[in-house]
Amino acid sequence: MEKNLANMAPEAGNSNLAQEAIRKWGPDPAIYYQCVHCGLCTAACPTYTELGDENESPRGRIYLMRLVHEGRLAPDARVKSHLELCLDCRACETACPSGVPYGRIIEPFRNALHQLPQKESLWQRFLQRWVLLGVFPYRKRIRLALSPVRLAQRLKIYWSLERLGLFRLLPKPLREMASLVPELGRSLPPLPAFLPAKGRPKARVGLFLGCVADGIFRGVHWATARVLQQAGCDVVIPENQVCCGAIHFHVGDSETARHLADANLAAFSADGLDAIVVNHAGCGAMLKEYPHHWKDDHQEARRQFAAKIRDVNEFLDCLGIPPPPGRIPLKATYHDACHLAHAQRITAAPRRLLAQIPGLEIRELPESEICCGSAGTYNLLHPRMADRLGRRKLENILATGAEVVLASNAGCLLQIMREIRRAKAPVVAMHPIELLDYAYREECPPVGNNRRNSR
Amino acid sequence: MPRINDSITEGQSTKLAAEAIRELCSVVGEQNVLWHPSDLMVYECDGYTIAKHRPDAVVFPSDTQQVAAVARICHRHKIPMLPRGAGTSLAGGCVPLGGGLVIMLTRMTRILEIDLRNRFAVVEAGVRNTQLARALVGSGYHFAPDPSSQTASTIGGNVATNAGGPHTLKYGVTVNHVLGVEAVLADGSIVQHGPVVDPGMLDLCGVLTGSEGTLAIVTKIWVRLTPLPSALRTLRVAFPTVEDATEAVSEIIAAGLIPAALELMDRGILEAVEAAFQFGFPLDVGAVLVIELDGEEASLEEELQITRRICERWNAREILLANSPEERERLWKCRKSAVAAVGRLSPSYCIQDGVVPRTKLPQIVKKVQKISQEFNIRIVNVAHAGDGNIHPIFLFDEREPAQVDRVLEAGRQVLEECIALGGSITAEHGVGVEKLHLMREQYRPEDLTAMRRLREAFNPDGLLTPGKLVPDERSLEWLGTYPRIGGAP
Ligand SMILES: Cc1cc2nc3c(=O)[nH]c(=O)nc-3n(C[C@H](O)[C@H](O)[C@H](O)COP(=O)(O)OP(=O)(O)OC[C@H]3O[C@@H](n4cnc5c(N)ncnc54)[C@H](O)[C@@H]3O)c2cc1C
Ligand code: SF4
Ligand code: SF4
Repeated sequence: MEKNLANMAPEAGNSNLAQEAIRKWGPDPAIYYQCVHCGLCTAACPTYTELGDENESPRGRIYLMRLVHEGRLAPDARVKSHLELCLDCRACETACPSGVPYGRIIEPFRNALHQLPQKESLWQRFLQRWVLLGVFPYRKRIRLALSPVRLAQRLKIYWSLERLGLFRLLPKPLREMASLVPELGRSLPPLPAFLPAKGRPKARVGLFLGCVADGIFRGVHWATARVLQQAGCDVVIPENQVCCGAIHFHVGDSETARHLADANLAAFSADGLDAIVVNHAGCGAMLKEYPHHWKDDHQEARRQFAAKIRDVNEFLDCLGIPPPPGRIPLKATYHDACHLAHAQRITAAPRRLLAQIPGLEIRELPESEICCGSAGTYNLLHPRMADRLGRRKLENILATGAEVVLASNAGCLLQIMREIRRAKAPVVAMHPIELLDYAYREECPPVGNNRRNSR
Repeated sequence: MPRINDSITEGQSTKLAAEAIRELCSVVGEQNVLWHPSDLMVYECDGYTIAKHRPDAVVFPSDTQQVAAVARICHRHKIPMLPRGAGTSLAGGCVPLGGGLVIMLTRMTRILEIDLRNRFAVVEAGVRNTQLARALVGSGYHFAPDPSSQTASTIGGNVATNAGGPHTLKYGVTVNHVLGVEAVLADGSIVQHGPVVDPGMLDLCGVLTGSEGTLAIVTKIWVRLTPLPSALRTLRVAFPTVEDATEAVSEIIAAGLIPAALELMDRGILEAVEAAFQFGFPLDVGAVLVIELDGEEASLEEELQITRRICERWNAREILLANSPEERERLWKCRKSAVAAVGRLSPSYCIQDGVVPRTKLPQIVKKVQKISQEFNIRIVNVAHAGDGNIHPIFLFDEREPAQVDRVLEAGRQVLEECIALGGSITAEHGVGVEKLHLMREQYRPEDLTAMRRLREAFNPDGLLTPGKLVPDERSLEWLGTYPRIGGAP
């Protein structure tokens, strides 16, 4: 059961300190009262659907935070555990008829709690300091850290290590991390600074690379660039861009996130960009939300930057694409990444793009809009809930009979690929733009026995 | 498991005996019992936020046997218990008057059987109404009760409150669609009634439906599946005033038509709905009716023409027909989410659930407007107009005690007017704690006594959902301790 903390004697949360932190860093109190406590959002919430506990529902969490704000409840270990188990998937925002911006409550609230002195284990600290903050945000470091993995995979010993259970010798979070690494394939060269449009340029766009995305899914970036070129875009790829800062922000390191944000603003300041295209939903949502996260005199610049951010599906759907020449006679299903469907409210665009691939049969995924359990670094910090949701997602995918499952987000891809590997399921996971790229290259992706994410 | 012994001390963390908690844990597992005070706060209220009371513990059984074992423990230790589903009650049905144990049905979410041939489905109590609807997509059948909370509310909760919905007008309320129930009584015994009932038998299903958890804990339900209509017409009609709209409603019914649904939204609520869904509702009108006609294609056109003519006679400004299934779905989503969208207008709301004879609709609407002015409270309206079921929504701020008092008094006056017009104080939301004090105005003492005796037959110690539905000395005492629930009766 996920609620391993249940009924543990709570640490006596220092209420005054917490109150102060929440006043300083927490949400605008008016937002708590936008929730009228109707409960219609509960059914959309993955943690509530799994556990049936109001404490693990959006309505319950808003209520808990409001009670802390009102001084009726101390933010003790129990309360924190309920807030931490939230995936921040925002399914509740989509479901809420009153338009409660849940993300703008939970994110600053958790942030405020993170500012308090923490009792964390050595491993938690190691994970946070060195892995999440030291390696993850830097695409070069990730690639470096992964190079032995790539080698081991090339030598065909990596999966034997996993099969022999040797990963179990690793401490838990690292084990989770190791189990998430998909087959990395051939190392691709970095993208150049500029790729010209095919034919007369219709737009000039920046391409955002991110950290994990570039470390593990460079192929998706190449595919995105090629499809953008096909669609008539000059593609600019600034070398000095950095991680979006979402990981930092969500583990409470708001300051580093702010620096990263400012670095990205500078990197993409080159004039004449019609849009900044992002292919992974988690990064896209964070970049679009820059203006809400900090209050300082860069606000206006962040607003202008955010206004140019476009998810690749959104952008291509709006610009229009030339008909792909290649046929892909496969059955595919599309998973709505939370940060695309809920945080950015983009659900129709990717489906419209996929519908233009000749031969492709799209089957709707049941519970498509329910989180797969990846949720940024959630699967490293709350593996049990993440596993439950991962299994549920795979069951739904298999029920469609699809050979390919598509998701527009690195985290979802990692999580779904792992579930596929674990179950040795006959499905491949990829980014929708990769499939579109296959269609332009007039190739068909390897499925069945030849696939790359299962062994 | 030293943790429990170490940290449960009677009277400190919970009022329940440590022994009882330990027994509960041994039945459902330690991780399925909540007793620490900070875990219990969210269980102090439901969709009705004016009355609050924290339970002493919460359990999450996963099957009927566990529910029964939990009830036996409560019976032995004399612990009050209260079943809870999704907690969308709008009347405080889930507020545990006097404390005790809340029994959650939300882990019992299996659809056990769907039998299209014999047109029934068997579900556990925690199955959500739309969960069943999704499972039935493509089958040509549906479970007809469609409360606006259906995405969240459980079928067990629908049965316990005898929920209705927009399509109740033609298809009836929940009780018309329950074929059988399995339930746990207050002493832990498991009873089953139905799904096949002889004419000679007492209709216990009917008795349990709408009993708001005061007779038994419903664990499993056999529900009727109704074929989907072969053809539909869904209209959105805008009227210059609420009175015109209500007159049109009366006349449509008087003309002998039975629309599948006849729903009213006034200008105030349209503002919230439009902010939420940008559907394109006109915002300069008095009210909009959503009218759905269903049945055989052949007769529909004629019914549609009659409906149009009546609406035009009552000054309809705009009559639009939903021209695709998607558009119809969006229109219904707007109507069904209307109540939950009022967060866009105000921090708190209280929705009333009065009924008047349909022909008295214009009168009650005027009265509501008058009360709104008198008490200086903004009121917006939705109504299952075809049923004469009004839902005036009072907008206020829960943090302002003076406003709360005005809302409660105004609500009381609206319901008293409903009784005076020959109607009733609740059509579908139930009595909960909100309307307990009005039961004595609605019913004669003899009626209440009969209900009380029936309850005693099922629930002799009154441990199950104490003090609810039929007010007794204890409930009135408890209500007295909430200065804001309408005061003493
Ligand atoms: C936005 C909104 C719109 C609504 N629209 C409608 C509507 O159109 N029509 C309508 O009728 N209602 C409506 N309601 C009210 C509410 O949704 C219904 O009463 C619903 O049936 C309650 O279901 P629930 O699972 O939430 O039950 P809960 O709120 O959890 O419980 C309601 C009552 O039933 C009892 N109960 C719950 N489960 C069981 C069980 N298994 N056995 C015994 N007793 C049980 C509880 O003790 C309580 O007294 C609406 C509510 C909201 C918030
Ligand atoms: S967040 Fe929205 S849907 Fe959820 S309880 Fe609050 S108002 Fe209702
Ligand atoms: S963000 Fe996701 S997990 Fe968190 S409360 Fe909302 S729906 Fe639940």
